[in-house]
Amino acid sequence: MDTFAALAHGMAIAVQPMNLLYALIGVFLGTAVGVLPGIGPALTVALLLPVTYKLDPGGSLIMFAGIYYGGMYGGSTTAILINTPGESASMATALEGNKMAKAGRGGPALATAAIGSFVAGTIATIGLAFLSPYLVDIAVRFGPEDYFALMCVAFITVSATFGDSPVRGLTSLFIGLTLGLIGIDKLTGQARLAFGVPELLDGVEVTTLAVGLFAVGEALYVASRRHHSEEKIEAIKGSLWMTREDWKRSWKPWLRGTAFGFPIGALPAGGAEIPTFLSYSTERRLTKYPEQFGKGAIEGVAGPEAANNASAAGTLVPLLTLGLPTSATAAMMLAGFQQYGLNPGPLLFAERPDLVWGLIASLFIANTMLLVLNLPLVGLWVKLLAIPTPWLYAGILVFATMGTIAAKPSVVELSMLAGFGVLGFLMRRFDFPIAPVVVGLILGPIAESQLRRALAISLGDPMTLLQSPISATLLAVALIALVAPFALKGLGRFKANED
Amino acid sequence: MTTDSAGPETSASRGVDKAAIVIAGLLAAVALVLVYDANQIPATTMYGMGPQVMPVVIAIGLGILALANLIDAVRGHLPARESADPVAVLLILAGLALLIAIIGFGGGFILATTALFVTTSAAFGRRAFVTDLIIGAVLTTVIYLAFDRLLTLSLPAGPLERLL
Repeated sequence: MDTFAALAHGMAIAVQPMNLLYALIGVFLGTAVGVLPGIGPALTVALLLPVTYKLDPGGSLIMFAGIYYGGMYGGSTTAILINTPGESASMATALEGNKMAKAGRGGPALATAAIGSFVAGTIATIGLAFLSPYLVDIAVRFGPEDYFALMCVAFITVSATFGDSPVRGLTSLFIGLTLGLIGIDKLTGQARLAFGVPELLDGVEVTTLAVGLFAVGEALYVASRRHHSEEKIEAIKGSLWMTREDWKRSWKPWLRGTAFGFPIGALPAGGAEIPTFLSYSTERRLTKYPEQFGKGAIEGVAGPEAANNASAAGTLVPLLTLGLPTSATAAMMLAGFQQYGLNPGPLLFAERPDLVWGLIASLFIANTMLLVLNLPLVGLWVKLLAIPTPWLYAGILVFATMGTIAAKPSVVELSMLAGFGVLGFLMRRFDFPIAPVVVGLILGPIAESQLRRALAISLGDPMTLLQSPISATLLAVALIALVAPFALKGLGRFKANED
Repeated sequence: MTTDSAGPETSASRGVDKAAIVIAGLLAAVALVLVYDANQIPATTMYGMGPQVMPVVIAIGLGILALANLIDAVRGHLPARESADPVAVLLILAGLALLIAIIGFGGGFILATTALFVTTSAAFGRRAFVTDLIIGAVLTTVIYLAFDRLLTLSLPAGPLERLL
């Protein structure tokens, strides 16, 4: 089978000493940044993107794989020890994990999260490796109108279907789409929304937007409501290791969490919230110890953590095969590809198999490194959590602005960063989800050029969108996804602010 | 987008939400800017859609969303907000403004980011100005050396950087 050969080739690339070093640095940096409270995986990737500027694409993507998984792992550590989930996908983990930490069982909670993440990540990465070639075969048959329809599905599901309020989700999406218009139109060379400012002609930089919204916005928001609550770090008391009983109660939730996480993540629906909450409620129903739920049940950490990691690997399926980011983190990964002029999709599999399979193989390696490194190093990560909040956020802002200063040290770019920070603050304050803005900025221009290409081929006949069966089906799905939340108000119980 | 929303308003869950009406107004204003800008683009003759079509489509979407947000605001359907501390927000924004000014006038990376460090730290309630100044200066100098010299990112140099 082809996949085995390709994967073996990727492994051979990934285990080169230099690439192993990149993966190790990625895992280390990803965990260190991801463990800081208030920093989710998307921001981790955005903050560390400038660090990889000077590497070759292969090494950079391998470091990225490490940052991605490291950021996720760091996020769960924070959720367990101080009950501030960096993203809504860690909310279930925080629910039970923090209770376990309070009861002096922080060690086993961290261990089941780490091992569960490893198991789920490994199974899901195998899924990614074997599913991707099939999807690539389907994707090469996609015409521009089909791509446009697929992006419509992603737009709607990311913003409207699973959020708190479809109106506010769509508003966020349209803010992102508007930002995506800024700059030179690639097909005709006309400037749009540049208002004569030369720096705007290149368009809005994805990293500037993401760092502004996530880092600056978060710092402003936390500072503005500092007087409301104080965070408390739980010390890890007792043994780090899981008992026989813990293992027995953990392995089934790990596998069930993976079974929820990977397929839902692989669908272009976006978000790890749904699988983690599905996993949490399933474990709650199946457990032999229902009385422990809400007070620190290990199943409630093992299942959702596995689901979270599996869906993170799942979102790489549409990202790598179709170039379709369905979460803020995946959007940042796409930005990482784009900084080298690489566009994920079926062509990348054909043209740069070394890159794609090297990345997939590195995911396995990063996952293993995390397991080996992080349990012994947990004491170090806990020390990072103990940095006083003023210095922590001051340091985050210094680091966040450094990325922009290094990429484009202009007054306009920095003002945009500050402006996006204010936007991020207001969106948090008024409860607008952040992820759709990033997805809108990055996918909007791609969707527009696919639509215009389709219409150019059909000589301007819009019926081409409905004549292709793939496109017609996908547009119907998008329409249903748009109408459903208004029709079924109960669906809006999943909160979708991945930041 | 506006400064008034950083103010300490608490009662928003019931009745008309004024800040939310401002949001709806801003969305409508952005929609108008999009239409205005699209009209400035010279028409090109080609099959399919030109560059001016998508801005108008997005403007229509924004217009509808402005209306939907307005309805939510009038009905008071928005989640309640906790009070916010405007001083903290303004301190961080002042730090960012200082950073931009120092970079703009060639003051260099260390000076600019140290200013941001001190103001942010103050926004989070620290009052030990001199200590924070020293910590900020040391931290940003280390970052400068690590990223500019070791990783060869080019960070802007000012008087302090030339001494290193």
